[in-house]
Amino acid sequence: MRSDPADYELVAPGNLQAAVALLAGDPGRWLPIAGGTDLMVQYAAGTLRARKLVSIWNLPDLRRVEILPGEIQIGAGCTYTDLREHAVMRDEFPLLARAASWTGGIANQNRGTLGGNIANASPAADSLPMLLAYGADLILVSARGERCLAYRDFHVAYKETKLAPDELIRAVCLPRRFAGYVSYARKVGTRNAQAISKVCMAALARLEGGVVHDVRIAVGSVAPVPLRLAETERILDGKPVESSIVALARKTAAAEIRPIDDIRSTARYRAAVVSNLVAEFLEKLRASAMGRE
Amino acid sequence: MTPKERTKREFSLVVNGEPKTVRAHPMERLLDVLRENLGLTGTKEGCGEGECGACAVLMDGALVDSCLIPILQAQGSNIVTIEKLSGDAQLCALQEAFLECGGAQCGICTPGMILAAQYLLSRKPRPTMEDIREGLSGNLCRCTGYTQIFEAVAQAARRGASA
Amino acid sequence: METEHIVGVPAPRKEGRDKVTGKARYIDDITLPNMLYGATVRSRIPRGRIKKITFGPGIPWDEFAIVSAKDIPGKNYIALIENDQPCLVDEIVNHPEEPILLLAHPEKHLLPKAVEAVHIEYEPLPALFTISDSERRTEIIWGKDNTFKTYLIQKGDVDAIWKKAAFVVEGEYFTGSQEQLYIETNGMIAQFDPKQGITVWGSLQCPYYVHKALMTLCGLPEDKVRVVQAETGGAFGGKEEYPSMIAAHAALLAMKSGRPVKIIYDRAEDMVATTKRHPSRTRHRTAVTKDGKILGGEIEFTIDGGAYVTLSPVVLSRGTIHAGGPYCWPSVRVRAKAVATNAPPHGAFRGFGAPQSLFAIERHMDRIAEVVKLSPAEIRRRNFLKPGETTITEQIVREEIDLGKLLDRALTLADYDSKQKRFAKENESGNCRKGMGIAAFLHGAGFTGSGERYLSSVVGVEGRADGGIRVLVSSTEIGQGTNTILCQIAAEALGSPYGDVEIAQPDTTEVPNSGPTVASRTAMVVGKLVQSAALGLKQTLAGCGMLGSSHTPEEFKAACREYLSTRGQLRSFAKYEQPADIFWDDQNYRGEAYAAFAWAVYVAEVTVDLATYAVSVDDFVALQEVGRVLNPVLAKGQIAGGVAQGIGFALYEKVEWRDGRMQNGQMTNYIMPTSADLPPVRIFFEEMGNTHGAYGAKGIGELPIDGPAPAIVNAVVDALGIPFDSIPLLPENIFEAVSAADAKRNAVPSAGQAR
Repeated sequence: MRSDPADYELVAPGNLQAAVALLAGDPGRWLPIAGGTDLMVQYAAGTLRARKLVSIWNLPDLRRVEILPGEIQIGAGCTYTDLREHAVMRDEFPLLARAASWTGGIANQNRGTLGGNIANASPAADSLPMLLAYGADLILVSARGERCLAYRDFHVAYKETKLAPDELIRAVCLPRRFAGYVSYARKVGTRNAQAISKVCMAALARLEGGVVHDVRIAVGSVAPVPLRLAETERILDGKPVESSIVALARKTAAAEIRPIDDIRSTARYRAAVVSNLVAEFLEKLRASAMGRE
Repeated sequence: MTPKERTKREFSLVVNGEPKTVRAHPMERLLDVLRENLGLTGTKEGCGEGECGACAVLMDGALVDSCLIPILQAQGSNIVTIEKLSGDAQLCALQEAFLECGGAQCGICTPGMILAAQYLLSRKPRPTMEDIREGLSGNLCRCTGYTQIFEAVAQAARRGASA
Repeated sequence: METEHIVGVPAPRKEGRDKVTGKARYIDDITLPNMLYGATVRSRIPRGRIKKITFGPGIPWDEFAIVSAKDIPGKNYIALIENDQPCLVDEIVNHPEEPILLLAHPEKHLLPKAVEAVHIEYEPLPALFTISDSERRTEIIWGKDNTFKTYLIQKGDVDAIWKKAAFVVEGEYFTGSQEQLYIETNGMIAQFDPKQGITVWGSLQCPYYVHKALMTLCGLPEDKVRVVQAETGGAFGGKEEYPSMIAAHAALLAMKSGRPVKIIYDRAEDMVATTKRHPSRTRHRTAVTKDGKILGGEIEFTIDGGAYVTLSPVVLSRGTIHAGGPYCWPSVRVRAKAVATNAPPHGAFRGFGAPQSLFAIERHMDRIAEVVKLSPAEIRRRNFLKPGETTITEQIVREEIDLGKLLDRALTLADYDSKQKRFAKENESGNCRKGMGIAAFLHGAGFTGSGERYLSSVVGVEGRADGGIRVLVSSTEIGQGTNTILCQIAAEALGSPYGDVEIAQPDTTEVPNSGPTVASRTAMVVGKLVQSAALGLKQTLAGCGMLGSSHTPEEFKAACREYLSTRGQLRSFAKYEQPADIFWDDQNYRGEAYAAFAWAVYVAEVTVDLATYAVSVDDFVALQEVGRVLNPVLAKGQIAGGVAQGIGFALYEKVEWRDGRMQNGQMTNYIMPTSADLPPVRIFFEEMGNTHGAYGAKGIGELPIDGPAPAIVNAVVDALGIPFDSIPLLPENIFEAVSAADAKRNAVPSAGQAR
């Protein structure tokens, strides 16, 4: 343990209003901490720069799931366990429920929050490609009020987001329009559990008469931010799934991503795996079109 | 009182069924409060990064890694550590099973492992081998290769060890 | 009267109850009154001269105990083999993380800040980081030629075989570093009293190694140094020699400050600063007949020892002797060397050189099989050692081991033939390739050659006032079951109930030196001494007429109590004596290398996923002949744990080195298998007995880590038809090889196209 607890201030305002008031009073000085599964690791390693933290763990306003007719609003303070166990999540947003089961072990899932994952903005975070694929919106809250932002626009650069210094993520909104979609997700980690992603992909599409519509392919760990493969989606949209399109999709996907060599893996490997996972997704679509699924 | 002492605060929590009050800095790790302030050294530090699970405890019924929890966030909570599981004379079914099946070798991962198994069995009283594998996947063991740990958990489950 | 057989039954772990209740006390659970915490200031460069040390602002330095090399009362080295490793750097740094200064303070949280506030200016010197760099001698960093040790084994006439060979098969094999990753990090508490001397309590395997090192370092006589082992949370060799260093540090701070001092490493420090497995390179050149029989060969075995000698000569020795595997080599030349690099010294890790050289020979046998066009099973069958034949050190195989039969049994258990047929079909399509691989191997138990005679281990058994028995050994419990099996053996020898036997905590003031807890010697060598000492105790009682030649447990207890009440102390000691048939020529490395070999055949079944290039081990058969299974639950636990570490060695555990320093010193980035990564390991034993071991036991602690890596890599090669000769074998490596193979086949480069 390389930090001195005495050097840190940690307060728990107890409700959302008080929390955002605190942030407003001294923007950029208070670092929000929810489940702590990222920040406490930095703290123990002696690399946590912030000295003032505000606990937003288990605030009722942040840990609700609201089911509305057209969308669900997942409180940013929901833990991965909350997501895994929620019936609507399992039924309508299975990729998110699966990502939740891939994040850390059970103890991490009981504490890590969706909002924390998003705000921490690691391109390797497991749930972020899922949110991109589902076309999530974020509700951001501050003392100035609330605003809605397409999640797609949230990440600006590596670990840089559009979250203002006095803002918190209040909820993640997912549109309830994926009934009947074929969905695919795969995490490629350094091992089968408790692993940081080397590549993580989430994909969805609607098939009509064997033709692909509204395809979404999102990937983590292959760019400074989680990425929608917009070019790959464009060449697939409105096409039937057959082998020539697969080859083109692979090439397009490999060209769209910007993977790096790092302590966990190599750029070449990541590119190859992304290409393979795109092909796997298309194979799933093809099998679905043929009625085998 | 030194300046450092002055910035400590009081936190109240229930530990193993007993109400406790501790003086600590709010960012003091729950792991360290348990081990040092409360003398409950059964919970171990293996990595300090939430990877190995040796520090696992139950907090309000949920399995958590205590090395990742600031004591302020444990204010008012109900903590269960390995020390709670056995009475003075009687071992619980999980502990008996670990002894019979060779689930503990060096023993350092054992408290966290037993807590994780306890949590699993309280939610899945009849787990499959896959359930056991997944339920314990956040607890690293370097000695056993997990085989005899899984056997112990399965045996405890068969003997009706839940909660 | 027949007493219940204790040996061979699953007697419960002696200290198990404390472990499952959380009552067992490891070193960080212990606090002494008035205790300080200690920390180490370490080098940030791989090699250089220290120019200046400055103590930065913001730290109350006058409150600290500060120790440098100048404070060392005795000799500034950690006594082991060569005495070249300083306890603290005096002037020249030879590896990153080398200890330079020690700090102690009552407040634990102040220490990391203080360590950061020490500024050291260096004059860097050129450094070497790989075996090839070291061999090329562009820089001499140790001795005259960067070479810690060499061995040469010669058997038969190697130069004459090449013209007779139908095939000459060459191969080069690499194994990487591996971190022991015990879940409890290194820790020590030291206390100094001018009259009593130094006492240390610690997480350790070998109390008397630490004892010897502290005598030299502190300049104290034998009876003024006391070493006590605390409950130890895993070791695997990582706490064989390293604890002497951390004990020395704690002792120096205790002497300087006059207060007890605790040093506990956090995970990051433990990973980057302490020992790891020696990386290795093995080159084989083998002459083979057209029927696949080995005529002979040349083997070059090189290990990277890091910056100081430490245990490299002994690791090299074991690796060298095992380099031929379980095969008959009519002639062979083995040239082995350990070289220096500017990394923290590499050290003991389960297997101790054998996993490295056995990986090479077992990969090489599959390569030979391919060249000769025989199956991996058949090539082994034709070359297995048979009773009466000799090993590469010309040790005669005296036991009736039938390796062909062992192989057959393993293959049957693994359902090898029918699975291979099935996989051949399945591999024609789909996105996965399945394969199976074999590893056949041996592991010598006990110290090499005359090593046990040199150790001259002593074991004691004493009677207690209540009539029970206490075993006195310095052999430590580190999870492997020392406490349990030694008590089982004593109970069996005396005809007493297991519950009446206890074992003393290893404390150098209380127990004799039964040798280090290493080399798979505890059950076999120390166990046999426990057996002798116990029988000696019985003889003592019988000798004064207090015990009949056959007796009940109650009669034994009564005799024990009677003896104690009249004579005061009842103790029996046994000392190791080398058996007459053990002959070893240390100069020519020839003769009886080990008192006993355990034999094994492991079979791995893998799937390679062509989308992710990841390998999963789906089934694993571990079959071994171990002399005698003393405790089936503990024995199975040893095999399962060793196989898991072997799987990590093969597929997951990579140390990322940069300029001699480990970059991935966190559990997040150094990848050890979780429960989700390991197959159910199917474990089987055969027992042939062993005259040199307690109740026929051979050593089994290290055997299981020798086989998994070659079995798994052989299986991957089988699945993909591409050779792999280096571990760890990561998906990234498989991808590059598959890519290259595809490119060759298509003559058009394509990124990651699946077959």
